[in-house]
Amino acid sequence: MSEPILSASHLFKTYTQRSGRFGFGTSTIKALDDVSIELRAGSTLAVVGESGSGKSTLARCLLQLLPLDSGEILFQGRDLAKLSAEELRSERRYLQMVFQDPFASLNPRMKVGEIVGEGLLIHNLGSSAEQREKVVKMLKRVGLDEADMQKYPHEFSGGQRQRIGIARALVLEPKVVVCDEPVSALDVSIQAQILLLLKELQQEMALSYLFISHDLRVVRHIADEVAVMHNGRLVEHGGVDEIYAAPQQQYTRNLLNSIPGHKHMAAQLG
Amino acid sequence: MSELLNIEGLTVTPVTAPTRLLVNDVSFSLAPGKTTCIVGESGSGKSLTALSVMGLLSRQLQRTSGKIIFQGRDLAAMSNEELRQVRGKQIGMIFQEPMTSLNPVLKVGYQIGETLAVHLGLKGQALKSRITSLLEQVGIPAGRANSYPDELSGGQRQRVMIAMSIACEPAMLIADEPTTALDVTVQAQILDLLDELRQRLNMGMLFITHDFGVVADIANDVVVMFRGQIVEAGPVDQVLNHPQHPYTQALLACVPDAEGRKPLRPIDYAWLDKEAAA
Repeated sequence: MSEPILSASHLFKTYTQRSGRFGFGTSTIKALDDVSIELRAGSTLAVVGESGSGKSTLARCLLQLLPLDSGEILFQGRDLAKLSAEELRSERRYLQMVFQDPFASLNPRMKVGEIVGEGLLIHNLGSSAEQREKVVKMLKRVGLDEADMQKYPHEFSGGQRQRIGIARALVLEPKVVVCDEPVSALDVSIQAQILLLLKELQQEMALSYLFISHDLRVVRHIADEVAVMHNGRLVEHGGVDEIYAAPQQQYTRNLLNSIPGHKHMAAQLG
Repeated sequence: MSELLNIEGLTVTPVTAPTRLLVNDVSFSLAPGKTTCIVGESGSGKSLTALSVMGLLSRQLQRTSGKIIFQGRDLAAMSNEELRQVRGKQIGMIFQEPMTSLNPVLKVGYQIGETLAVHLGLKGQALKSRITSLLEQVGIPAGRANSYPDELSGGQRQRVMIAMSIACEPAMLIADEPTTALDVTVQAQILDLLDELRQRLNMGMLFITHDFGVVADIANDVVVMFRGQIVEAGPVDQVLNHPQHPYTQALLACVPDAEGRKPLRPIDYAWLDKEAAA
């Protein structure tokens, strides 16, 4: 088993919202309730759960995009919360994210070349000629071409936009990539293309993925380990084969039994 | 005639580009009390086919040919006035996004009651008790009639939509991706509910989806659409287990299975084109 590259222990996060008829009262929601997980280098950890289970909050907290109430997140042995703003900025290069909605996550007024190259510019990696070369190489790797640099996001289909989002995250040669429902907005044929691309890139670039998803069929194909979340708590955690073959918790069993067509598939595969 | 719905040679094009066949010569039928699923990717024409049946195509689109025989009458030849009598009464409809299909400023009980008042002329106590019974049938406590849509969860909103669509006990229900926006456990509940209502009311169901898992759970017959055309149609076991058309085979190969035993294979469209030409 490889070393953990990112490990989180005892994470707590609550949201406060106004409640009551005129919003004078407040109530709190526990989005993360004592969550501890480890992501091993070069592997894929899938976090599954229904809406409101806290899986996206977990992703955002791990990348320091949301402040935690308490808990510790170690990235390559260093506590992210203790870093100065400047140190954190330079670490961010190694912690990237691919978003769910390829329509909302790309700036419509920037050209694709600018979108993909922006991270290189911010982190000041190489001369402008080198940066351009990296962008071209990355775009080609994800199945786009050099001419696409001059185009705007609206000129692309959903699957192509997701490729742009992947190129933007990977051009910085990150170590950890958080994929927040990266294929749930896509057609099943495009979904298969993107999943295969993500798997290939993981091999080539030694990436570790934290893969957030509600689709247990997709998770089965991409994950090495699975963490099941429910109401802000981690209810079950283990290797993908164990979880699918012998789920220990009733909640996990319910999730697996709700997969559409699972009886049919099981019968067909014997 | 035994069929509830019979579509013959349906063709839909944009008004400004009559040569672009968005739905191209589509024909299939639906038996009473059975479920037919239309499956396909985005842009395959599956939703346009359903909208054509209801006479709800947008003004930029036109039906250039085809008959839509429902209970022996051609919906395609009806006036808007006549169609309004059929829609909501003999044909119920459910759409994907329950939040955008419900009016946010009206209580859900009132919205269910509208259909009953218009088509069945119910009033007062009779109307009230019918709303209560409909809510109970879809598994929502009757007190929820006084709630606004934003006070309900996604699954409950979809249940309200179902209550509205079956209010007049229609002979046919058209459901366009009704569970796509829902969590898996809620999706399973809604599919069970629809299937139970179909059996109890002996409704024919035209179910649009892109998910073969959902097809396996709910369909009796399957129609596979690709680029506006039907490429394959048949009983569910035949289409899922012994697909004949290369496109159906390719589409099934993209669907991840929950056992993780089948390698994923994306569709090679260039190969399909060559196959089609040959």
